[in-house]
Amino acid sequence: MARNKEAMIFLIDVGPSMHSVLPEVGKVCSMFIQKKLIFAKSDLVGIVLFGTKDTNNELEKEVGGYEHVFVLRDIGVVDEADLETLNLPRGTFPGDFLDAIVVGMDMLIKKFNPKEKLKKCLHLITNAQCATKEPYEGTKVDQAVTIAHQMNAQGISLNCLIFRERLWGVENQQVIDENDKLLNQFSQQAVANIVHVDSTTSLLGAIKTRRINPVTIFRGDLELSSTMKIKVWVYKKTAEEKFPTLKKYSDEAPTSDKYATHEVKVDFEYKIMEDPDKIVPPEQRIKGYRYGPQVVPISASEWEAAKVKLKKSVKLLGFTKASNISRHYYMKDVNIFIPEPGNTKAIIAVSALARAMQEKNRSAILRCVWREGQGKVIVGVLTPNLSSVDKIPDSFYFNVLPFAEDVREFQFPSLSKFSSCQPDEKQQEAADDFVKMLDLTSSNGKELLQPEYTPNPVLAQFYRFLDLKSKDPGSDIPELDNSLKKIAEPDFDILSRNKSITNHFEKQFELKENSKKRKLSRHAWRGKPSVSDEKEVGKEGEVPETQSASLVKALPSTNVEKIGDLNPVQDFEAMMKRRDSSKWTSKAIKDMKSHIFYLLENSFEGHSYQKAIECLIALREGCILEQEPREFNDFLLDMCKKWSKTDLADFLSLMPSKNITLISKIEAADSDLTEAAAKNFPVTFNESPE
Amino acid sequence: MDLDPEGIFRDDSDSDAEFHEEKEATKDLAVYLIDASPKMFAPVTAPDNAENGTYFHVVIDCISQSLKSQIINRLNDEVALCFFNTKEKKNLQDLNGVYVFNVEERDFLDQPTAKLIKEFSSIENIFMNNIGSRYGILPGSRDNSLYNALWVAQALLRKGSAKTASKRILIFTNEDDPFGSMTGAIKADMIRTTLQRAEDAKDLGISLELLPLGSLDEEFNLSKFYAEMIGLEGDELVQYLPSANEKLMDMKDQLRKRIFNKRKVRTLTFSIINGISIQVNTYALIRPTLPGATIWLDSVTNLPLKIEKSLICADTGALIEGRPKLFHSYKNQRVLFSVDQISEIKKVSNYHLRLLGFKPIDCLKDYHNLRPSTFIFPTDEEIIGSTRIFIALYRSMLHLKRFALAFYGSSSSSRLVALVAQDEIVNSGGQLEPAGMHMIYLPYSDDIRDAEQYHISVDAAVPRASDDQIQKASALMKQINLENFSVLQFANPALQRHYGLLQVLALDEDEMPDFKDETLPDEKGLARRTVFHALEDFKVAVYGQNHDQEETEHMAAKASGSEATRKRKMIANKATGESAKYDWEDLAENGKLKDLTVVELKFYLTAHNLPVTGKKDALISRILTHMGK
Repeated sequence: MARNKEAMIFLIDVGPSMHSVLPEVGKVCSMFIQKKLIFAKSDLVGIVLFGTKDTNNELEKEVGGYEHVFVLRDIGVVDEADLETLNLPRGTFPGDFLDAIVVGMDMLIKKFNPKEKLKKCLHLITNAQCATKEPYEGTKVDQAVTIAHQMNAQGISLNCLIFRERLWGVENQQVIDENDKLLNQFSQQAVANIVHVDSTTSLLGAIKTRRINPVTIFRGDLELSSTMKIKVWVYKKTAEEKFPTLKKYSDEAPTSDKYATHEVKVDFEYKIMEDPDKIVPPEQRIKGYRYGPQVVPISASEWEAAKVKLKKSVKLLGFTKASNISRHYYMKDVNIFIPEPGNTKAIIAVSALARAMQEKNRSAILRCVWREGQGKVIVGVLTPNLSSVDKIPDSFYFNVLPFAEDVREFQFPSLSKFSSCQPDEKQQEAADDFVKMLDLTSSNGKELLQPEYTPNPVLAQFYRFLDLKSKDPGSDIPELDNSLKKIAEPDFDILSRNKSITNHFEKQFELKENSKKRKLSRHAWRGKPSVSDEKEVGKEGEVPETQSASLVKALPSTNVEKIGDLNPVQDFEAMMKRRDSSKWTSKAIKDMKSHIFYLLENSFEGHSYQKAIECLIALREGCILEQEPREFNDFLLDMCKKWSKTDLADFLSLMPSKNITLISKIEAADSDLTEAAAKNFPVTFNESPE
Repeated sequence: MDLDPEGIFRDDSDSDAEFHEEKEATKDLAVYLIDASPKMFAPVTAPDNAENGTYFHVVIDCISQSLKSQIINRLNDEVALCFFNTKEKKNLQDLNGVYVFNVEERDFLDQPTAKLIKEFSSIENIFMNNIGSRYGILPGSRDNSLYNALWVAQALLRKGSAKTASKRILIFTNEDDPFGSMTGAIKADMIRTTLQRAEDAKDLGISLELLPLGSLDEEFNLSKFYAEMIGLEGDELVQYLPSANEKLMDMKDQLRKRIFNKRKVRTLTFSIINGISIQVNTYALIRPTLPGATIWLDSVTNLPLKIEKSLICADTGALIEGRPKLFHSYKNQRVLFSVDQISEIKKVSNYHLRLLGFKPIDCLKDYHNLRPSTFIFPTDEEIIGSTRIFIALYRSMLHLKRFALAFYGSSSSSRLVALVAQDEIVNSGGQLEPAGMHMIYLPYSDDIRDAEQYHISVDAAVPRASDDQIQKASALMKQINLENFSVLQFANPALQRHYGLLQVLALDEDEMPDFKDETLPDEKGLARRTVFHALEDFKVAVYGQNHDQEETEHMAAKASGSEATRKRKMIANKATGESAKYDWEDLAENGKLKDLTVVELKFYLTAHNLPVTGKKDALISRILTHMGK
């Protein structure tokens, strides 16, 4: 771990013009430190603020100058306390980023021996809108160049994050241009990366909060032919950062046990399906593959014999028109082919190919075997990636393509053949306007929600919640803050600015629910408005919320919990079907019995007899199904006893005609009545003396 | 030795298993009705190439191919193979002119087996002798083989409930007028009863599909009979009619594509703006095919095993019931979460799919990709009007060259997606790309790596190719050109081998089938003179004249000169010497290895070129394994 240690210093502009975004800057920094705490505990972090009222840095003490640069935290291993100190104070002076860079550089130089192997970098977060001080000698540009050279010599790299939400006005423009020119000196003279962002959402995404050690997938020859080869290294360009895997927690250990791990082990046992008592030891297992209805066992040795061991190689199959490979065929995360670092020949060869491919609009098809002896072949497409920065060589992106087996050629009707669903001219126009209106790119080339600068809201939420919970285990999941909300919801600014177009679009198209199809999915089709939508709901449509709600209610839901008056039979059946707990069966039977009593006792001149009969039939069937004959038989006998002498006796006499008898042995094994005896009901009981 | 056969196919990054699974609530029951009348045995007229085969051959070929992929991909689907217009008869109803083909250990309508595929694909050799072909509808007889075939098929499809299975009858024929030889009242009567039969089948929830085989000089005329039987009108008629079958290959392609029933993955609600949500179905058109699920068997009895998982507390050894809480270590403490909290965090949006806006198509970069795409197609099933809005937006996007950015929220992942409108592409072989939209899963900033900058040059600008070098590269590209490259042209060699092996073992065959790796480059083509010259020109242009020589010198220098290699060699020599001083056999026999120091153990390992990493126990066991103990 230690060999990949990294030391970095945040240089944060807290001057007045930055105040509006300081909360976001604070968030991104604490997320950064949080991830360090989890993934890279040995990394060193320092924080320097500039534009503050106060001054606190060693250079000021030693040589003077460097006012309004405040070292909030000296460089050191991250610890929990850092998260608390990250409450960024609001500064009152315009910040000078050159001063801050010098202070940061000085800290790194003083702290580390130049021979020490570690990555050193500065993270500058500013809007670069305030003029820098005139140097004592030379021009500002000279000064910037000197600093840049010094950084190079010390192996320090610089990341600038420049935040500009909107342009401030012309008088400022000159300063901005000058500052940009200065910053460009760094990217030309030193290892520096400058990123401009224009929204708080992008600000959250622009800093890579987790450092990943680059590992090559492949180093070797890209073979154009057996004689012409180019030395390349292959890295991953994209790889999904997964939701962290959480461990299972066990609270079995006594609270007094301080050394309890609270971990959970997962134990597997293999049992023969037909004979669950027999346990098979893991080493006695063999893998079987299904082939049709057959399961074919294949032993390790058979595999070994049949396995192809391929030679490690990356071979060119040929070039083809870029349009021959549609974008949607890309199968996986993306790799990048870069020429072998420091190998001029390779750099030129890649550059020549990439530029020719770009010019002629071609892609190359490759066959890759990344590792020696690997059994899998990959066929993929190489597309050029021309570098716009002088210091970065041209490279290729590589995407995996599907094999014939991976593509399902389903046939779909042509969209133009749905004669009844074709939009008319007006509708098409409304759609065109709508698409043009909801444009996420602005005329100056800025793009909203660019993947490069859009953070994963789920991960951001998780780490925030993790931090909250570590302080207070009872805390609730925080609300999605506004910057993150913009990733999951349309921008209401754009929508409200262009209300006429959206309204027109809405009016042009009519949606209605298909009445033939009663199946309504859980998501009512109009969608549940989320909190922020609520203000927009008013103008919504023809279908009132209540209607869809009532539709949902009327559907037999699987989670019936009691028998209602409206559909007692359905409720009963639904409850009997519930499998989440056995208590539902007995509750259903009990409820049904009391419902029948209720019906009969409140019956007026036999009005509810019909209903009661239906319920009784349902109860009988249910009891047979669940093998609970006694429940029913006792209930029936009980009824006879109770009512044979009352005016409800006529109900009892109705029962035989409706085939309601006691449940016999044949219907349910638990019953102790023969069929004949069961049929005799209720006669026998009426006649037999008590 | 732990061998993991799937290792070959496993992704470098763990693939999200849930994502690749298609929800298959239904299974497909299909009866293939294959016309075996003498007309089917006429050669396909193929004027422009030498491929000659009969219509019958084309059909058998296509069906065998689709069965092969079905046995792999669609384990639960069932199929019956049924010929009509045959001399012999074999069916439960004992009807004339209908022969249901089958092999042992299998019902008429059942999953395909290895044996079935094998015998069916070679059926042509024995067909004439064992089953025979003749016209089933002839003047003077009251037999109606088509009617009989429908009846048999319908009876076979009585199996399974209509709710959980989709039932289909697929008719393969090149006769567009089956009752052409009949006249008068008998003809009318036959047509009427056959139509009625088809109608009955449809009432039972069976869909009838026709796969007509036409030829250049004689187009298959649907309106003669089949349009009415299948129930086609107007628009659909055009859609059904395949374009003229110019090539045998195209005809095969068309048939093959149509044999498969398309299955949707799920239905999504797509919120366009507040108040307007439409519905779309998603289809997984492209997903990596994996060698199928493995089942653990007991190696002694070959009986399937079931796996029982139990959670045990690491501290007390107690069995844990129910779903335990989850934790994440953070700041030296364990932060606990309930399972519900985790799923709530993952649920960022209440919508399946929510439109955020549109961007020009060139904002979608080549590296904006993480997973295979998903195809979306509108449905009016629940919300009428969905298709119309979808088509309008789709047209605007195509026309304005924009893609839509949307947020896709599901329980397992929430992602930004690009919806790219795809225009329909059709050629003589049928539909190549259906019209609709492709949903492309975009990375977040957390998922993108700045790999370009790993080796950023510190001091100077890096060289770029000169115009001349670029030109040489262009010339080379022209020479090695794959004009009609299609992603479908390669079979996955690893997978083919896997299935080959399964097939051999399933059928108890001895020999592995021959198998060709189609993904190897065309060495002969590359050796062609013009290509060779273009390659050489390019090589000289970018590498200079004496590249190979320089390279060998460089390699030689590296091999002898490198400090590290020399050092390594020295250590190895020393270790061999040291290692010889011990009697390893004896030490191992008497369990005395553990008395040695790690340094001593490493002598043996280094001398035998084994890894020297790990704890002492690992070293000892490695030594024992190597000695074969």
